Amino acid sequence: MSIQSWTWITVGLTFAGYLYIGYRSRVSNTRGFYVAGHGVSALANGAATAADWMSAASFISMAGLISFMGFDGTVYLMGWTGGYVLLALLLAPYLRKFGRYTVPDFVAERYYSNGARVVAAICALFVSLTYVAGQMGGVGVAFSRFLEVRFEVGVAIGMVIVAFFAVLGGMKGITYTQVAQYCVLIFAYTVPAIAIALLLTGNPVPQLAIAEILPKLDQIQLDLGLTAYSNPFTNLSQLNVFAVALCLMAGTAGLPHVIVRFYTTRSVRDARWSAFYALLFIAILYTTAPAIAMFAKYFILNQYQELGAGITASSWVQNWAPTGLINFPDGGPQTASELLGGINRDIIVLATPEIANLSAFVVALVAAGGLAAALSTASGLLLVISSALAHDIYGEIINPTATDRNKLIVGRSMILVAVVLAGLLGIFPLGFVAEVVAFAFGLAAASFFPVIVMGIFWKRANKQGAIAGMSVGLGFTFIMIVLMRAQNVLGLDHAIVESFMGISAQGIGIIGMLLNFVVTAVVSLVTPPPPDHVQEMIEGLRSTE
Amino acid sequence: MNSGKSVWKRRKQLISVLLVVWAIVAFGLSIFGAEKLNEIVVAGMPLGFWMAQQGSIFVFVLLILIFALVSDRLDAQLRTGATADDDAKPGAAT
Repeated sequence: MSIQSWTWITVGLTFAGYLYIGYRSRVSNTRGFYVAGHGVSALANGAATAADWMSAASFISMAGLISFMGFDGTVYLMGWTGGYVLLALLLAPYLRKFGRYTVPDFVAERYYSNGARVVAAICALFVSLTYVAGQMGGVGVAFSRFLEVRFEVGVAIGMVIVAFFAVLGGMKGITYTQVAQYCVLIFAYTVPAIAIALLLTGNPVPQLAIAEILPKLDQIQLDLGLTAYSNPFTNLSQLNVFAVALCLMAGTAGLPHVIVRFYTTRSVRDARWSAFYALLFIAILYTTAPAIAMFAKYFILNQYQELGAGITASSWVQNWAPTGLINFPDGGPQTASELLGGINRDIIVLATPEIANLSAFVVALVAAGGLAAALSTASGLLLVISSALAHDIYGEIINPTATDRNKLIVGRSMILVAVVLAGLLGIFPLGFVAEVVAFAFGLAAASFFPVIVMGIFWKRANKQGAIAGMSVGLGFTFIMIVLMRAQNVLGLDHAIVESFMGISAQGIGIIGMLLNFVVTAVVSLVTPPPPDHVQEMIEGLRSTE
Repeated sequence: MNSGKSVWKRRKQLISVLLVVWAIVAFGLSIFGAEKLNEIVVAGMPLGFWMAQQGSIFVFVLLILIFALVSDRLDAQLRTGATADDDAKPGAAT
């Protein structure tokens, strides 16, 4: 059977599964809609968080990025895992103890200010909307590439599926479909990796097989005139590897769609354990990704060593050339650099099964896995968007006396609105999507992360300090990113500012974060302390039974 | 509130220790010490590279596991309302 037929089967079956789960998980009140009725087990929340976290980018693009970056790929590997330690230790248990529905809820109550709530809600909206646009785009791409369905139709199909289980089940529907999506995506990711590891080295465990491949890969790269794969700081300076990794970690711990997952567990203890399970489940993919990266790079370079420019005739290149993801100069690539420059990094995960001559079924599995990753992240983001509009702005500010039933109706409507918006942004992207995701992490690192951590660990942090700190952190990070990425954001010829003290746009959030901490501390100390009831509330959060 | 405050103090100590290990592994070993560590080759892999792309992630998972286990024990202490400090200092405010 062809790849396309298999893909219809894998995608059809998994999508049917999500719809069924969504139907079974339907809810009838706002507690169910926003926090799944506090009924999610630690294990399930771990799986849901892992799926929520691992987006189309993690699934499709990351291994390719690492493949081309070598050692420096660690910024994504450590950057997107290390933050979970921060989440578990510094945020999750206390937020669960706090026990409301959203991140702006916490900001509003801790800093006794509805103004702060509005600011937080707007930040959450901005971050989540832009992030989700990329996911819906990923769905469209997967459909068009594997099922030869028009891109816009693919996005529309994704929208319908997500709308179904999100509107019916809210957080509950989203959580349990995310659990299913985790199972699909982890299976789809590891099976090709295991198969290729077996093929190349006879060892089915990718994390062990790399011991045999890495020395060969290092050698091939040197033979072809490139630097060794395992050499550090060939793509990014040491300072930037540090800054970007730290920024991604702190950003992880400040992203609303991840934080709200910890509201749904049965207890504070379960919140901590779910953080463990989440990272465990994430680690399975994140330790496999570098293996896939190495296998693919090795395959390609090895083939190039044998065939030279004749690599253009090999079957996987012929198959993928029509998609425009491979662009070699006429006569074939003359150097290893030309070879690598002509390959789109997204191919690494999508085409690796084909490169290794794995069956069509495996390729179809990868398609279903990529869609699972995109939909699970999208649904988590959509809930944050809906809750910012329906709960924070409508339910808490505009109409606090509305009945639960009315609030639920508004919540459901807002998710529908969010789905449509996300789909439109996916079809008509704003053009600077990569910048926006980098900005999302930088913003989260510079605003939410410091504000929440200080809120829990320092009773003296007050409203004025938090607002000042958030403004400075946010403002600095935003301005810096615009200046450093002026080509993409403003359409200029080149960046207005090259770097800040050697730190690039991707890592600048750590300076914003530092500024936030300092400004919050200084302003808090020169203004009155928080009222007693807030200080008591903080003590209550720390008593995390 | 006696035991409450000392349990909180212990939680902060736990968090601090774990974060120090986190920082040493993620930044000390995997980034700033990577070039030096790469000179050590274990089972065919330069150690700095392995730490940065595999080992650090395993350590992160372990850190959260330790946090969850020790936190459970601290929860138990809070529930029984007794800590070693309480036994040693009868009637003293913390």
